[in-house]
Amino acid sequence: MAHAAKVLLNVPEIKKDFPILQRTMRGKPLTYLDSTATSQKPKQVIDAMTDYYSRYNANVHRAIYELGEEATREYEGARERIAEFIHAKDPMELAFTKSTTESLNVIAYGYGLKGVRLKEGDEILGTVLEHHSNHVPWHFVRDLKGIVLKYVDVDDDGRLRMEQYDELITKRTKIVTVAHVSNVLGTINDVKEIAKRAHEVGAVCVVDAAQSVPHMPVDVQALDCDFLAFSGHKMLGPTGIGILYGKKEMLEATEPLLGGGEMISEVHLGTAKWNDVPYKFEGGTPPIAEAIGLGAAVDYLSRLAMPAVRAHEMDVTAYALEKLAKIPGLRIYGPRNVNERGGVISFTMEKAHPHDIASILDVEGVCIRSGHHCAQPLMDRYDLAATARASFYVYNDVEDADRLAAALHKVNEVFG
Amino acid sequence: MASGPGPYQAQILDHYKHPHNRGTLDPATHAARESNPLCGDEISLTLRVDGSDRIEDVRFDGEGCAISMASASLLTDSLKGKTLAEAGALDRVGILKGLGVPLSSVREQCALLPLRALQAALGRPPAAQGH
Repeated sequence: MAHAAKVLLNVPEIKKDFPILQRTMRGKPLTYLDSTATSQKPKQVIDAMTDYYSRYNANVHRAIYELGEEATREYEGARERIAEFIHAKDPMELAFTKSTTESLNVIAYGYGLKGVRLKEGDEILGTVLEHHSNHVPWHFVRDLKGIVLKYVDVDDDGRLRMEQYDELITKRTKIVTVAHVSNVLGTINDVKEIAKRAHEVGAVCVVDAAQSVPHMPVDVQALDCDFLAFSGHKMLGPTGIGILYGKKEMLEATEPLLGGGEMISEVHLGTAKWNDVPYKFEGGTPPIAEAIGLGAAVDYLSRLAMPAVRAHEMDVTAYALEKLAKIPGLRIYGPRNVNERGGVISFTMEKAHPHDIASILDVEGVCIRSGHHCAQPLMDRYDLAATARASFYVYNDVEDADRLAAALHKVNEVFG
Repeated sequence: MASGPGPYQAQILDHYKHPHNRGTLDPATHAARESNPLCGDEISLTLRVDGSDRIEDVRFDGEGCAISMASASLLTDSLKGKTLAEAGALDRVGILKGLGVPLSSVREQCALLPLRALQAALGRPPAAQGH
């Protein structure tokens, strides 16, 4: 297993691209296992952003001078490469936002609340495993428009109870929303099937892809989802940039959230006409350097090849699951089979609270997360206050998993 | 008991593994329950105060990490025999000094959870949660 991982991705070489991974934590190598929260950045991304600021910084779209042309070319070039990365039909189906959260809010507000397709009494179907950012925006829609919210449950192994879609999707269902990959359990959900079920009753399918696009090949046309949201910072890119993908016709049926410059085609006192898709969603000066940085991140991932990224993470995760299962008192949540899960492992330990696990690992230079991971409804479902969570990415290998396991043994020593 | 790494000094581990004043007073004159929004940890505090405003007895209950539980154990020890005014004067600095271990800003919130429960029980504004 270990040797296979090294064939797929040359992790020691990859680590060299990440300046932060050269530093130590309290004299120990930095073992970063919190990429589910945010990934580290390769120098190619950092350089691309610095290059924009030092060589061709200008506002996009309206400048007549050459500098503005260059900035626009790079900004739109990034959109094209990101569109290609998720196999969108047309780059104009991608709007730059601030984050996954903002993208989901645009959909909830612009399509759910302000759009004309949802009426009082209609239903939105979510799941219990969503991140808060795919719960709370729909609460807004319910509160302001009298929409009914329903949720698909998970089984004890963290899989969606797919059979519940049969009864929970009704003629009144207008939106079916789901996380592609759970940020807590790692469960990979069958979005293609869920989208198909949604379409059978004329509903749209909204996908939170924050944890899938960074880690596996995603083809929006094959999934046939109507909207899809993800963030730059979880996929080697900078913070402050997210993507709202929508089929052209869906984006046209979605009202903008931010009014201002760029998002209009004309404005008169008291009236305005929106710009074309996707620019009507990009009010104000956009995060230009961040879009260019995300473009560089996509180039980096494309060079590694996403099937290899996925296969590598499966190898490291399988190795880690095996290692962790041997630690006394440690309980792992989510599916056991790496074919059904991404590279994120949530666990608890009999003798130590997740915060204490994370604190002791911190002393060992191992960065993991502890808490409810912005998924309290899922924690409630399993009657948990918190879990510890380790996650893997392209710069992690089995040695990182070994360091994690060794540090967890230390937790047992301290609390034994 | 041997000391562990970082904040896990012998005193903390000892109070965590063998907490003092754990349970619920019934009847109680003052009670409150507080939770830490970062992790969902909860602490409930019950106090019995006598006619001269002196804390006769105190108990805490709840689920939490070693830092919050040890902090509750230490705090409840220190409360016995104090007047309400003295208890009300306890602050962040005093709690952290009592624990005597280095804490990050996030872990500080764990340490201060029992103090927030005390302040709620006394009907005072809770300790600041800022960093």
